[in-house]
Amino acid sequence: MRPERRLQRFAMMRDLVLTAAGNFGDSRIGMARRGEVRRHMGRRVLLIEDEPHIAEAIRFLLARDGWSVASHGEGTGAMEAIRRETPDVLVLDMILPGRSGYEILGDLRADPALAGLPVLVLSARGQAEDRAAATEAGASRFMAKPFVNSEIVATLRQMAGG
Amino acid sequence: MARSALTGTRVRERRLLIGMKQADLARAVGISPAYLNLIEHNRRRVGAELLAGLADALGVEEAALAEGAESALFEGLREAAAGMAGGEATPEVARIEEFVGRFPGWAALLAAVQARIGTLERTVEALNERMAHDPFLFASLHEVVSAVTSLRSTAAILAETEEIDPAWRARFHRNVYEDSVRLSEAAAALVAYLDATKESETGLSSPQEEVEAWLAKSAYHLAALERAHPPQADTLIAGVPELASGAARKLALAHIARYRTDAVALPLDGFRRALAEVGPDPAALAQATGAGLAQVFRRLAALPEGEGPPVGLVACDASGTLTFRRPAPGFALPRHGAACPLWPLYEALARPMVPIRAAVEMAGRVPQRFLTYAFSEPRHPGGFDGPQVVEAQMLILPAPEERGGERSIGPSCRICPRGGCVARREPSILAEEG
Repeated sequence: MRPERRLQRFAMMRDLVLTAAGNFGDSRIGMARRGEVRRHMGRRVLLIEDEPHIAEAIRFLLARDGWSVASHGEGTGAMEAIRRETPDVLVLDMILPGRSGYEILGDLRADPALAGLPVLVLSARGQAEDRAAATEAGASRFMAKPFVNSEIVATLRQMAGG
Repeated sequence: MARSALTGTRVRERRLLIGMKQADLARAVGISPAYLNLIEHNRRRVGAELLAGLADALGVEEAALAEGAESALFEGLREAAAGMAGGEATPEVARIEEFVGRFPGWAALLAAVQARIGTLERTVEALNERMAHDPFLFASLHEVVSAVTSLRSTAAILAETEEIDPAWRARFHRNVYEDSVRLSEAAAALVAYLDATKESETGLSSPQEEVEAWLAKSAYHLAALERAHPPQADTLIAGVPELASGAARKLALAHIARYRTDAVALPLDGFRRALAEVGPDPAALAQATGAGLAQVFRRLAALPEGEGPPVGLVACDASGTLTFRRPAPGFALPRHGAACPLWPLYEALARPMVPIRAAVEMAGRVPQRFLTYAFSEPRHPGGFDGPQVVEAQMLILPAPEERGGERSIGPSCRICPRGGCVARREPSILAEEG
């Protein structure tokens, strides 16, 4: 294997390992924004999304913005993941295998320790009634798919307090 | 009375045609000219005796003045007026006859527009129901939105990020490729599904709707099965265009088998005699023929067209899913999803073997009343160890007279305008009444 390819492969593997560990402090994902002030360094976001490519894109965007990103790919076990990761903000898809986002929101708001956790709901159904239903279930913010990259980053920054 | 509206206009037209003065005609029939003037302008109704006198004086047949073909026009206009209830416009319903008399063209136009609105509303309701309840459409659209979301986000990252690690770039390129394949497959499946629906030429059809369309052609009466030696079931459904799907043909064969069993148990001639003798009360018919209630329901709903009262019949299984629908005029049946939980059909489902008779009022622009008979019976086709299978049926007949106290029901929650219904399970897509 040529040295530069080996280097590339190593970099990718390192990114994957660091992503999984939720540590992007020196990850090359952040290369494009090198020098930018990472105000959100260390803020933790948990992403509950069953579509791997969507999760990957959001993970990239947020990691580049300085967030520590963890993810969980199904409704089942979501509550355990939330308690384990103790995120500052939760990004929650509504249509998930196992349990729906509505059920997860219901459990979340009924748990005193998690009732105040800011939750950004992502949904493929963006009608007014879907927004209203998500808000009623306890969503802090609602965003319809497909979303604009800059908007999801800005919204999460806002939700995390700046 | 609808009759009097055009009657007045016709009286005036005929009088002018023969050059008779209003005062002369009034004198001839023994009323004042002022009263005749009111009649001619459709502001007073014409009694039968006066109508006969007017016809005589004008030298025409009574029927020529009192033709009743315009009743549909009045019905349409009243429906239009009812549709505006609660809106800004306040149609002068009390002067509807005058309106028709003075502006027959505009009145016909308004009634036609109202009919068109009704048709379009039903289409919207059906499409809405389909969108809400069709699992394939929902899954397909979700797949499309997911692929588009991923594509858009990933493509934006690639387009907007100047420096990106080559390994990440490669990964995102791969994702874009995979998502584009997924999107094209989802879109193709969606188009194929919609095309198949279109090609079947049965509209928004399910197998059950295909069977109903086939039965509707013969007004739900299968004459061939009434014979002593009926043809093979297969030959009855061969080449029937309505039965486009295999599932529909299978349902049709099951219907034929049951129809034949009913026809053998209650032959048409004997059933006609019993009907003439005891009338359409299913309990009396069951008593007279020795058959079960459910079988009597089905035979009443399978009489040749024009025989017996206009009936509707619905059946459901233990889940409440409608398995058979023969519509009765004015009794709205949902095309998809479950019906109104207040239907006596479901009461019967909850109380097997108990005959239930209930007068009901079906919600609608012009609420209509019906007399319903419902009954459910459990069967055990799997023997002692098999599951119990329950079927409920409800016969729908026109209500004989207004008695008050009718049960208020609707078609199904999504298309029911009744406000404040305690049994409502989901909001209506129509404006709810106070």
